[in-house]
Amino acid sequence: MIRFEDVSKVYEGQQRAALKNVTLEVEKGEFVFLVGTSGSGKSTFLRLILREYRATRGHVYVAGKDISKLPAWKIPGLRRQIGTVFQDFRLLPGKTVHENVAFALQVIGKPSSVIKKVVPETLELVGLAGKGDRLPEELSGGEQQRVAIARAFVNRPRILIADEPTGNLDPATSVGIMKLLDRINRADTTVVMATHDSAIVDQMRKRVIELDAGQIVRDQVKGVYGAR
Amino acid sequence: MRHTFAEAFSGLRRNASMTLAVVVTMWVSLSLFGAGLLAARQVDLLKDRWYDKIEISAFLCVKDVKGDNCDTGQDATDAEKAAILTAIQQNPETQDVFYESKQQAFDQFKQVFAGSSIEDSLTVDQMQDSYRIKLKNPANYQGLVSEISTMKGVQFVQDLHVYLDPIFTWLNALRWGTIGMSVLLLLAASLQIGNTIRMAAFARRRELGIMRLVGASNIYIMLPFLLESLFAAVLGAALASGTLAAGLYFVIVQNAQVSLKGLRWIGWSDAGLAMAGVTGVAIVLSIVPTLIATRRYLRV
Repeated sequence: MIRFEDVSKVYEGQQRAALKNVTLEVEKGEFVFLVGTSGSGKSTFLRLILREYRATRGHVYVAGKDISKLPAWKIPGLRRQIGTVFQDFRLLPGKTVHENVAFALQVIGKPSSVIKKVVPETLELVGLAGKGDRLPEELSGGEQQRVAIARAFVNRPRILIADEPTGNLDPATSVGIMKLLDRINRADTTVVMATHDSAIVDQMRKRVIELDAGQIVRDQVKGVYGAR
Repeated sequence: MRHTFAEAFSGLRRNASMTLAVVVTMWVSLSLFGAGLLAARQVDLLKDRWYDKIEISAFLCVKDVKGDNCDTGQDATDAEKAAILTAIQQNPETQDVFYESKQQAFDQFKQVFAGSSIEDSLTVDQMQDSYRIKLKNPANYQGLVSEISTMKGVQFVQDLHVYLDPIFTWLNALRWGTIGMSVLLLLAASLQIGNTIRMAAFARRRELGIMRLVGASNIYIMLPFLLESLFAAVLGAALASGTLAAGLYFVIVQNAQVSLKGLRWIGWSDAGLAMAGVTGVAIVLSIVPTLIATRRYLRV
């Protein structure tokens, strides 16, 4: 589903590579943790999948397509296949929970009949049934992250990217979010999650890829956070 | 599409005061621009008309007048007149030439000053006969004038260009001044549109970021901003068109055409063209700064 072939990324005006000669493959339906210290290249890795940046060297394949060569006008099409969740939720404060989730479908031109059907279904899936009329500020952190996950998943993407989704949450709430991500993964969605949360990684026992100074230093099936 | 219109409408409401400022600036600058276009057209019409009527008159020597090419107390001789006529006819710029005799000049004088106290002050013999010359291109008068003004028997060459050219120079300065000023104002208006849209995009940067992330196309992201600026520009153009129509009606149709019937005046077709031009300029001046202002929010 995702393949990096000898990928390096050097940001403009910088000497040091943010990613260096990274080669790996993530299969369809896999759940992968991306771990490493701050500045190790986790976010760059995720941004290359989203084609927010182009690789300086090498090739990035998503769903069989070399996205390094993707023309700008085709990038929206790529992103419709990828759901994204962030640490800071990135919800629209003036819109209700329902409107926040519906927004992701409206802006890609889905008809309102589809939106009316799919949004409540997705809210139920993430455990927010009956809270569609609330504003984000009326929700807890965990609930806000559930809204963000609903928005990322409402278009049923093939890949879900999560950048520190539990970073702002307490351990108990984090477990709930991880259960939700696991559920989404079981529905055949490939999940790539960057995290610093060792407890979660150790508990889930999924594939762990560790980055250090832009290089893969560990790729472990059913791995844990800190072991080599 | 409903979402796009809703976003454009909410943008206009949120930036109501800025939108109003843009509309007013657009209105004033487009009205000036349109007025400049109409003034240019009017100057062309007057120029065509007056230049078309202009003829060069070569007044011949008579015994009562003095001149460098005249023998004092003598009329121009027949030989001199023939030489002058040949020179005029052979000049490539001459379209037509006719001889106005003293009697014809006198008759015209009587006609022009009929009823006036000076009607009886002159006799036929005191009138000057002349050659009246029509040019192929009235703008190319200098060659012929300089050629015949030194010929024996020519007392002086009257050329109306001497009087009309300064008028047209001023009229031209006026039209280019108007257009130049309106261009400056239009530039200000387009910068204002750019700033308004930049502020609107900045206020909605969070939404734009999410739109990009979930795969909204660039045109979808840009459309509400384009609609916002187009609305302001088209409203400004409509007001400017109304102003031009009112100007044409009250200044030209009601006044100028009535009091100066002999001249050709601009009409509704000219105003229609100016309005179309004004609207076209408004559309371009709203789209271009919007594309530039939203560019950084569309970068993938």
